[in-house]
Amino acid sequence: MNETLLLTALTIITAATPLVYAAIGELVVERSGVLNLGIEGMMLVGAVCSFAAAHYSGAASLGIVAGIMAGMLMAALFAFLTLKLQSSQVATGLALTIFGIGVSALIGQSFVGIAYSGLQPLPIPVLSEIPVLGRLLFNHDVLVYGSFVLVALVSWFLKRTHAGLILRSVGDSHNAAHALGIKVIRVRFMATLFGGACAGLAGAYLSMVYTPMWVENMSAGRGWIALALVVFAVWQPGRLLLGAYLFGAISILQLHGQALGINVPSQLMSMLPYLVTILVLVLISRDRGRIRRNAPASIGQAFHPTT
Amino acid sequence: MSQASNLTNPSALSSLANGSATGSAPLVVMRNITKAYPGVLANDAVNLTIGEGSIHALLGENGAGKSTLVKVLYGLLKPDAGSISWCGEQVSIASPAMARKLGIAMVFQHFSLFDSLSVLENIALGMGVKANDKLRSRIADVSARYGLPLDPDRSVYTLSVGVRQRIEIVRCLLQEPKLLIMDEPTSVLTPQEVADLFETLRQLAKSGMAILYISHKLEEIRVLCQGATILRGGRKVSEVVPEEQSVASLAALMMGGEIPAALRRSAIVAGAPLFAIKELNLPAKDANEVSLHNINLVVGKGEIVGIAGVAGNGQDELLATISGERLATDEAHIQFNETPVGRQSAGARRRLGLCSVPEERLGHAAVPNLSLIDNVFLTAHHRKPLRRLGLISHARSKALANDIIKQFNVQCHGASALASSLSGGNLQKFIVGREILQSPRVLVISQPTWGVDAGAAATIHRALATLAANGAAVLLISQDLDELMQYCDRIGALCAGRLSAFYPSSQLTAQQVGLLMAGEKLDAMQAEQGAADEGEHS
Repeated sequence: MNETLLLTALTIITAATPLVYAAIGELVVERSGVLNLGIEGMMLVGAVCSFAAAHYSGAASLGIVAGIMAGMLMAALFAFLTLKLQSSQVATGLALTIFGIGVSALIGQSFVGIAYSGLQPLPIPVLSEIPVLGRLLFNHDVLVYGSFVLVALVSWFLKRTHAGLILRSVGDSHNAAHALGIKVIRVRFMATLFGGACAGLAGAYLSMVYTPMWVENMSAGRGWIALALVVFAVWQPGRLLLGAYLFGAISILQLHGQALGINVPSQLMSMLPYLVTILVLVLISRDRGRIRRNAPASIGQAFHPTT
Repeated sequence: MSQASNLTNPSALSSLANGSATGSAPLVVMRNITKAYPGVLANDAVNLTIGEGSIHALLGENGAGKSTLVKVLYGLLKPDAGSISWCGEQVSIASPAMARKLGIAMVFQHFSLFDSLSVLENIALGMGVKANDKLRSRIADVSARYGLPLDPDRSVYTLSVGVRQRIEIVRCLLQEPKLLIMDEPTSVLTPQEVADLFETLRQLAKSGMAILYISHKLEEIRVLCQGATILRGGRKVSEVVPEEQSVASLAALMMGGEIPAALRRSAIVAGAPLFAIKELNLPAKDANEVSLHNINLVVGKGEIVGIAGVAGNGQDELLATISGERLATDEAHIQFNETPVGRQSAGARRRLGLCSVPEERLGHAAVPNLSLIDNVFLTAHHRKPLRRLGLISHARSKALANDIIKQFNVQCHGASALASSLSGGNLQKFIVGREILQSPRVLVISQPTWGVDAGAAATIHRALATLAANGAAVLLISQDLDELMQYCDRIGALCAGRLSAFYPSSQLTAQQVGLLMAGEKLDAMQAEQGAADEGEHS
């Protein structure tokens, strides 16, 4: 039984990691005032590109880099359309997702059914020897460790650095930021690229670790969960990590519920992440101050630099 | 007026321009600045010279091109033609960052603050430095030295307009600029605060800082500024020494004609009470609001009653409770023509004839991204037949919008222009016009001339006076003492959610109103309100 629990806990970590990556990227994007609904598409393209690169080169690191680049390429397309040509962010984001689903299926045609050895775990010396805890916490692949480091870095960046302050100011009021001489478009472009990189990395994690193969539409709605997570976390990185693990746990429970003896209809379990998001949204809306301080006020609005 | 026409002759002008630099070297010289927008020539070969250590005024109506000129100087706009020299050297100011590097700082009229960030973070952003303890102590320093108290850790959205302006001023002073641009800085200050600010500005000027002062308060310009450049219709019309001018001659230069002298309202006998607030208490919803304590007030037919006070002392809460945006705890607290309406909705109150104009023009009084036509419908449908068979009649709303535009001389691209495309003064004229054309029986209006030029202010004031003369009751909430003293029959002040007694404005001095605004009592004088209350209701 202990072994089952441990295995469940380990799968929760692998289930949560892509959510952490995708959501922390989107958090930065939204904090800069851009709403990119194309996470799902960026993840899929990241997943297929990283799988292809790893398959041809045999090097996992190249696979990861390819995933990141692919995500950034998709994000650059989005940023060009919304920031330079000022198309609607919502419509363009939705289009990006649909485009990503199609283009990833096209690229992935010849990879269907090919297995990949996957990213090897990187046990941390000494610490990983600790019974149970060692296996639970210190015997993971590099991307799991990386997700924690990334969240900490983003949190530090937003709260403590001047560049982070500039990013938040652009998200709060692009007109005021422009008046101060901040390059609004450039800041948003960079943030959007970062979000694309993170989504691509999340995709790479799916096709290289979570299920080391390419399956069409393999992100299966995780991009949308990542979007919900950002709101769930009230745009705060620490809460986002918590939320990603909560959502990861729920999605694993939904798969392994029967094995663990939980007798709840799986449909109900699949609804849970979204139900929880709605519940949390209702609860946090009571704290107006927290929302005012953290929610980017100009999110989704096009910026016209001349006015 | 004869002097003014002399000044428009070029030779007199150039000699004066040199004179206005008060002997010192010119710090900045703007030459032939031209900037065109589609359909409008915002600046037409405008010249501006500011000497080191001088306080120079830039005067003009809305749309005269003041803000375009200032934006060019601050690097926010690129001029189509013209040159700028700074300390004798030719420069092209490509961005605000570059302007700041040269030593130009600006206090904006529409504050460029970030609501969700703290005071400290806002100042750090404005200066391009890190938000750390060093900056915190520098802020403490400057705010102590100039008497501008600030709490660096408060989020800006919790602060009143007055405090927000303080942030901007402190932020500019921290940059130790050579040129400080101030856009309508006194509109949110009490007379005492204005006196303090002027003292500060004079000190700064003495220490060598040049100040470009944009204001529509002509008296202020007369006492403060050594030189003034007057713009009209995108052109410089003259350059004067304000001290040598009268308020009337300055106004004439600015408007291109005499404006009708503002009439001090003769004492009127207030008619039957039309509107009353009785023992209104309203607890604050959160830490950012002000609680109202035991508010009592009566406005009679044909009367204009003024409430003075620095922003953030409960004005917003009071207005919201009167308009019906917030409900009083009991029906009887608010009375319209002796009918209790304290628990009725804003729409129901409007139908009775209780109309209101809140302080915030864009986003509260008008929806920024809706056309003027739609904005008309939003409040006027309660009292005007703007519906046909229950559906919105676009044609009727449009007719009413055009009426307002015509009667109140609103400068805009027609009735289908977006509210956000109008300048502040024009939008305000439009909003006031919208309420007045509904012929309200009681009109409550907050800060009607905030950041509005003299011409628009005169239009609004005249409209309010006419409305009262026709038998409506007007409650005017304002920070502008001149406005209150000139147009109100009785004045009281709101301080920390408490309303003072009311006094006839003819018996008050500005200093006394200042005391009321600070929450002091005027012992020597007989408060009128109590007596009036008794009299009217017995």
